[in-house]
Amino acid sequence: MAQYRVNLMVCAGTGCVANNSFKIKQALEREIAERDLGSEVQVVATGCNGFCAQGPLMVVQPEGIFYCQLTEKDVPLVVEEHFLKGRPVQKLMYVPPDAKAPIPKMSDLDFFSYQRLIALRNRGLIDPEKIDDYIGREGYTALAKVLTSMTPEQVIQEIKESGLRGRGGGGFHTGDKWARTRASTGDIKYVVCNADEGDPGAFMDRSIIESDPHVVLEGMLIGAYAIGAQEGIIYIRNEYPLARERLQIAIDQARDYGLLGERIFDTDFSFDVEIALGAGAFVCGEETALIASVEGRLGEPRPRPPYPAVKGLWGKPTNINNVETWANVPIIINRGAKWFSSIGTETSKGTKVFSLVGKINNTGLVEVPMGITLYDIIYRIGGGIPGGKKFKAVQTGGPSGGCIPASMLPLAIEDLRLRPPAHSRLPSDLLSLSIDYESLAEAGSMMGSGGMVVMDEDNCMVDVARYFLAFTKDESCGKCTPCREGNTRMYEILTKITEGKGSMEDLELLERLANIVKSTSLCGLGRTASNPVLTTLWYFRDEYLAHIQQKKCPARICRELNVYTIDPDLCVTKGHGCGVCRRECPEKAITGEKNRAHVIDQNVCAKCGVCAEVCKFNAINVA
Amino acid sequence: MQQVETIIEKHKGRPGTLIPILLDIQNEYRYLPEEALVMVSEKLSVPLSRIYSLATFYKAFSLKPRGKHSVSVCLGTACHVQGSTLIIEKFERDLSVKRGQTTKDLSFDLEEVHCVGCCGLAPVVTVDKDLYGKVTLTKVPSILKKYRSATAEPVN
Repeated sequence: MAQYRVNLMVCAGTGCVANNSFKIKQALEREIAERDLGSEVQVVATGCNGFCAQGPLMVVQPEGIFYCQLTEKDVPLVVEEHFLKGRPVQKLMYVPPDAKAPIPKMSDLDFFSYQRLIALRNRGLIDPEKIDDYIGREGYTALAKVLTSMTPEQVIQEIKESGLRGRGGGGFHTGDKWARTRASTGDIKYVVCNADEGDPGAFMDRSIIESDPHVVLEGMLIGAYAIGAQEGIIYIRNEYPLARERLQIAIDQARDYGLLGERIFDTDFSFDVEIALGAGAFVCGEETALIASVEGRLGEPRPRPPYPAVKGLWGKPTNINNVETWANVPIIINRGAKWFSSIGTETSKGTKVFSLVGKINNTGLVEVPMGITLYDIIYRIGGGIPGGKKFKAVQTGGPSGGCIPASMLPLAIEDLRLRPPAHSRLPSDLLSLSIDYESLAEAGSMMGSGGMVVMDEDNCMVDVARYFLAFTKDESCGKCTPCREGNTRMYEILTKITEGKGSMEDLELLERLANIVKSTSLCGLGRTASNPVLTTLWYFRDEYLAHIQQKKCPARICRELNVYTIDPDLCVTKGHGCGVCRRECPEKAITGEKNRAHVIDQNVCAKCGVCAEVCKFNAINVA
Repeated sequence: MQQVETIIEKHKGRPGTLIPILLDIQNEYRYLPEEALVMVSEKLSVPLSRIYSLATFYKAFSLKPRGKHSVSVCLGTACHVQGSTLIIEKFERDLSVKRGQTTKDLSFDLEEVHCVGCCGLAPVVTVDKDLYGKVTLTKVPSILKKYRSATAEPVN
């Protein structure tokens, strides 16, 4: 990369691609060629930059100027002004919601400055489809180090001392897992990369693979050497075509370079990797179900022990780690266990990648040191809640996790409407929840794979619990009764409550069922499926009571409990009887004409909520 | 069924090939035709019942012919909290089908999916390989129009 004066790192993650970032890249290349800058300015398509909310994105290196929400029309201006005349274009830079002046440099943005990149250290800096870019960033040097100067036992010891724990959700110590698989007898052993990222609301693994596929391969190679495995499998979702494609390119390149195959670096170590495709079953993220699926069987979990470390794929000892776990391995080898374990808390070391989504200004992918407070993630990195709404809860761990209420943040709830000035120091007290495995578990949730969904006052917590149960009941494989039947019954009770037909006895039954399913299910899917129910029952019981006793949904989300009416004044003065609601109403329940107030016939209204959604003048009252 | 034979040949002789074979057949025909499954059963000496159990367990497979275009509305958590239920209901009305069904003229399938991993753009809809972010009720007809006529560029 050194021969170019300027490198334009255009984000080609799925989000930016959906916003036409490839067209912007082509336009840039055209414009640069026309201006005869081809020898000075290079355009690079990178993996996900993380700040998805502001896409399409481009970072100008080496200065680190950050341009956002680009369109093709902006291209001639930015090429002329910035790359020809050397004047960065202010109007294409990021302006925080409560600021007037733009922030030119990426490193000065709160969204980036509070992050610490380990697993994602190459994001936005390399072309994921070029192995040389990865090698240029110390790629495969950790592999060279272990193969030429470390014994497998030393590698395992290093990982143990680093304190690395599984990033897929469970949090098992990676070094211990490796040691167990190494100790198992058998001449054939496997390592597996679990890229079956099925949690709704999570895209960490996809982003890692899309932005830096080689780091996953290098991690697996090191693990295979430590364990004594000859073959690797990457089990990836069918729904992630771009990640799969980049992974295949990476594997082919690594084979060409002799980094996969026979006698790697002229040592006795041989290893190769294949991709196995998922076929759309959430339960296959569970390790025994994953193995069954790779073997061509139904993705049903089986009781453990025996653990895969003893009896895994094709009955052989198998070590399964998640994408993010593998991505942490090379840098631990290069920088040492001591360095890694200096980051984080006593029991949770290193960083964690989260997908920060929902009712938050800066949606995107973030990597933060363990032990950071929820407050820092939501308000400093996430930029707070849009539209001046009140923050209510954050859901972590997907369908297996729970909802953590606003009261766990170091602020009085009434202060949460305001976004405090950036960089102001806030007193942290016991309520400032630290993000680590133990604290999240204590709060009734879990680290999970890293989905973090923010909810505001307009979200109904009963509806959220019902939403997750709808998911788990569909995804339950059906093998064990508590999960198959229990989740379905819980879903039915929650549906009753959201329709205003629930009773206090239902609430009791719901709680009992939740505890039974949690304690008696066969695998992690069932054992954690109750968490969304239990946490909302603990923290938001008043919302359940409102649905049952007052037959009201405080957030106005449960539509069966709402009454929709039209404010005649607003309809006429602001909307001039525009008629959009009348045209969009699927039940034809709305009557009215131009410049006259419209009316909803309550006998016909099906309470679908479409009118409230399409009215631009806020003239629909929901009560 | 010539393609089915080619697909089977491509995977033959390696362990655990049943699911990749079915995925390839699904990609080729956009569903799993009965004759194809019978052929797989005979060629690989696998009971048809086992193939049927796989085909009904995994969501990627369909036993019925699918439409020309595949509309998937994301109901992942991020999309859910941004109101994706209203969006899928709008598609159901405009296409006159329920989710999981195919329109009578075989032009569209309507599916719900749980997270396509573009949560920053929620609510998200995909049609075939095109992705639409921040979809609103009023954008739905214009999205469908693109595919009702000839092939065209995605609208945003």
